[in-house]
Amino acid sequence: MAIDRETVRRIAFLSRLKIEDDKIADTEDEFNKILNWVEQLSEVNTDGVEPLVSVNDTNLTLRQDEVTEGNQADAVLKNAPQAQYGYFTVPKVVE
Amino acid sequence: MTKLTELTIAQAREALKKKEFSAVELTKAYIDEMNDKRKYNAYVFETPEKALTQAQKSDEKYANGTDGVLEGIPLGIKDLYCTKDIRATACSHILDGFEPQYESTVTSKLLNAGACFLGKLNMDEFAMGGSNETSYYGPAVNPWSKDVPLVAGGSSGGSAAAVAANMCAAATGTDTGGSIRQPSAFCGITGIKPTYGRCSRYGIIAFASSLDQAGPMCKDVRDCAIMLNVMSGYDAKDSTSAKVEVPNFEAFLNQDIKGLKIGIPAEYRPDGLNTEISALWDKGIEMLKARGAEIVNISLPHTKYALPTYYIIAPAEASSNLARYDGLRYGLRVNGEHLDNMYINSRTEGFGKEVKRRIMIGTYVLSAGYYDAYYLKAQKVRRLIRQDFINAFEKCDIILTPTSPVTAFPIGDKSMQENPINMWLNDVFTVSVNLAGLPAMSLPMGLSHDGLPLGLQLIGKAFDEGTIFKTASALEQDAAFRKGMK
Amino acid sequence: MTGLIIEGKTASWEVICGLEIHCQIISKSKMFSGASTHYGSDANENVSFVDAGMPGMLPTLNERCVYQAVKTGLGLNAKINKYSEFARKNYFYADLPQGYQISQFKYPIVGEGHVTVDLSDGTTKDIGIERLHIEQDAGKSIHDMAPDKSFIDLNRAGVGLMEIVTKPDFRSPEEAGAFLRKLRSIVRYLGTCDGNMDEGSMRCDVNVSVRKVGEEGYRTRCEMKNVNSVKFVMQAIENEAKRHVEVYESGGNIEQETRQFDPSTGLTKVMRKKEFAHDYRYFPEPDLLPLVLDDDYIAKVKADMVELPDAKRARFVKELGLTAYDASVICENKETADFFEKAAQGHDAKKVANWLMGDFFAMLNEKKVELKDSPVSAENLGKLVELITSNVINGKTAKDVFAIMAETGGDPEKIVEEKGLKQVTDMGAIEAIVDEVIASAPDNVAAYKAGKNNLLGWFVGQVMKKTQGKANPAIVNKMIAEKLN
Repeated sequence: MAIDRETVRRIAFLSRLKIEDDKIADTEDEFNKILNWVEQLSEVNTDGVEPLVSVNDTNLTLRQDEVTEGNQADAVLKNAPQAQYGYFTVPKVVE
Repeated sequence: MTKLTELTIAQAREALKKKEFSAVELTKAYIDEMNDKRKYNAYVFETPEKALTQAQKSDEKYANGTDGVLEGIPLGIKDLYCTKDIRATACSHILDGFEPQYESTVTSKLLNAGACFLGKLNMDEFAMGGSNETSYYGPAVNPWSKDVPLVAGGSSGGSAAAVAANMCAAATGTDTGGSIRQPSAFCGITGIKPTYGRCSRYGIIAFASSLDQAGPMCKDVRDCAIMLNVMSGYDAKDSTSAKVEVPNFEAFLNQDIKGLKIGIPAEYRPDGLNTEISALWDKGIEMLKARGAEIVNISLPHTKYALPTYYIIAPAEASSNLARYDGLRYGLRVNGEHLDNMYINSRTEGFGKEVKRRIMIGTYVLSAGYYDAYYLKAQKVRRLIRQDFINAFEKCDIILTPTSPVTAFPIGDKSMQENPINMWLNDVFTVSVNLAGLPAMSLPMGLSHDGLPLGLQLIGKAFDEGTIFKTASALEQDAAFRKGMK
Repeated sequence: MTGLIIEGKTASWEVICGLEIHCQIISKSKMFSGASTHYGSDANENVSFVDAGMPGMLPTLNERCVYQAVKTGLGLNAKINKYSEFARKNYFYADLPQGYQISQFKYPIVGEGHVTVDLSDGTTKDIGIERLHIEQDAGKSIHDMAPDKSFIDLNRAGVGLMEIVTKPDFRSPEEAGAFLRKLRSIVRYLGTCDGNMDEGSMRCDVNVSVRKVGEEGYRTRCEMKNVNSVKFVMQAIENEAKRHVEVYESGGNIEQETRQFDPSTGLTKVMRKKEFAHDYRYFPEPDLLPLVLDDDYIAKVKADMVELPDAKRARFVKELGLTAYDASVICENKETADFFEKAAQGHDAKKVANWLMGDFFAMLNEKKVELKDSPVSAENLGKLVELITSNVINGKTAKDVFAIMAETGGDPEKIVEEKGLKQVTDMGAIEAIVDEVIASAPDNVAAYKAGKNNLLGWFVGQVMKKTQGKANPAIVNKMIAEKLN
């Protein structure tokens, strides 16, 4: 499954990363090299094999419905690059 | 007399109890080592004042007899651990200046046991790398380097270098595909990745959630047992942490290994395996045999598919885990006209090359139309890999393999810089263990012809770290690696 | 048949619609953290480090959210899946701190079910439920506080949601409206969601397509996100369907897209084309293990189930003799139904229903108060009806007593006692007054006897006047007629 330049651009956007135009070709080559390599997996017969979701043999433990955290807006905002009036702020969101 | 910083945790603890020296003196000795050995670039953030304050408290505790298991023991902490009010960056530019307002479960257990933290240790950015060269702060340098600076291994390269160079009594590491074991082997120290779920992941910056595990990196096997006992245990804050009793790991040391079945997997001796490593492995086998252990040939038939499986699953999880680094709530923000530009600018500038590469691969293998061919396939092969181990452990109690197919290589190695797959291939003996969720230890067993440490790996059954400690203490005595260092 | 058929120039078209409803789960703490779900706190006060997507933070699942989802599933007559899995839905947005939403994808907690809706023509229709899954809510972006910035509040981030997906079973806006009202009624009965669409605790995405009558299969659909009232949902379906018909009839094609409903015009406009559609890259959430429920757990939730509107309505008709219409009005709200049942306890249920739906509701409307704040308690309403049925007061007096109850919140028995409003039931006393009235009006007696029968009413009126309305008019009537004949 070779991938093309358009796919590289789309994946970069989905990842919110920018690839300079002069790097697209290199990225595409590298991608194809890696994908070729991982495609060894197609040799493995996995008919009837259940995907492994978790190595834990147990089931999920549930938490009781209690309020144990909160009232710490200062701590939540402490590392914010920009904040105002108790909110995080960002450049205007446009749809 | 042995320098204070050469003492193991067990030795230092005993001396502290006997008041041969104070915790403050011990901490100062380590701070001096840190100052003297900056060339190894092991620490990315030093906290000597905090360490000394903690050491003072430790001395009081020794005085009034309320000392904890690790009272006054100076440790280095991998920069992947969140430490309250102490910078945690995962050695990434994108977490510039980030000061967590919370403490990871593992580091709070260490603090509660009385340890003092000397600082944050270098690592590959977000633990993605096998040489510590992807760190935003530059590579850690292997203390065994001679003329040419060698890598300390990765991702916990700073931890391995610091322990090897006596810049801390022990360090925390994390292991997603070999990140504790491979640098331990490269730097001639002992490190264990416990069973998945043994240590809480709460507060450890995530790389690949289903593979990440915390573990100690120490001067010897006993120290690993002491550290792991403190670091382990069920944590309600981590849904994947296991409700399994934690045995006293130290109690397994020096136990008789007569009749223990040691599995030797054929697939770990591929054609062209480094002859020194192959010979070292044989030496290990002989040592165990001499102690009455039984050697069993086993097969782990899907071994060759572990790396490609790993390089689908780990990047997939990483691509999602690293989506939160968007410049909005913490870390680096590079502004842009609109929100999406801000995201793209911050992430493009904030992440290094290897991290970006893995994010994109992960995004691709999860994207519409490719999920089944890559991610789902990898999850199925992952089950087969785990099944290989389950089958093998019907015939043996523990598995012995080399830790790495290579020794520490020069920083900036061309073939690995040019082709990322060449770097990834170094994980060939370690990744299967993470995919199967098993515990494994690397311990130093000898030196190569050019004087570089070589390590062997012991792989145990799930939650059977005890057998690893038992076997490792036998090998450690026979190999006498630390004695040979002097 | 309540399907909407749009008559076009070339063909008749039927509407196909399915709904996706997000219901905020009622719980004290969030789905994956211990922060409060309280609405209306200061910005970012109900935020844990988990909700803020801080590095190294991990989700832990709130048992209450699971319980509420199972309960709702049972209320939708749906299959409860003992095995379910959480999955990450990946996309970037300012109010989504982790960069993914923890949701369920392949293995939802609740599978197929159905809800019966009542339609205006007296028929009912089963609407299929495709699934119900649980997921976390996002925070809020505020865009109108400054010209160049958006403000992010994460208080809502991580609150539990149930997403209920219906099958494309709706054939008219009316059916969709009836379903939404029914669903709201069910979740309110169960106490799993407060169902307030205007406050956003229940939000609806609407999928609409059309096809020619008799045509097989489905045509391209469009989705309208976050339509926030029953009325708007109905409007959106109708107008979107008409738009599709117009496009098809003028030779065009409908593209799959997400559209925005504008409540001020009732029309929809394009928001996102398919080529910009998200690629959510769902995969199993590695921070959470699979959720496995056992029979005991499901049985425990079942044991906590309350009687749902359909069952209650049927019981009110069968056991209390209400009309189907009255029963359905009373049962739409659990509070109303509970109030009614309490009021009707031991009294004439039909009369209580009449009073409730008549004077009582009128009084609430007039006073603009909610049922829970009503000055007239259920017990007192019941007592009032009892006073009528046992002939202690007559209907007219009852209205006066009710007015006093509405003002003072008083007990009708006491009011009647204190104001001396009891019907005069002492036959001797009534007879004396009747005799007095007859004796005082010999002319009218003569006229009556001469055949002016309608004078009977005049006599009754006089007696009532003299008893200040407390005599039973039926008895008076009968007595006068007997005496004069």
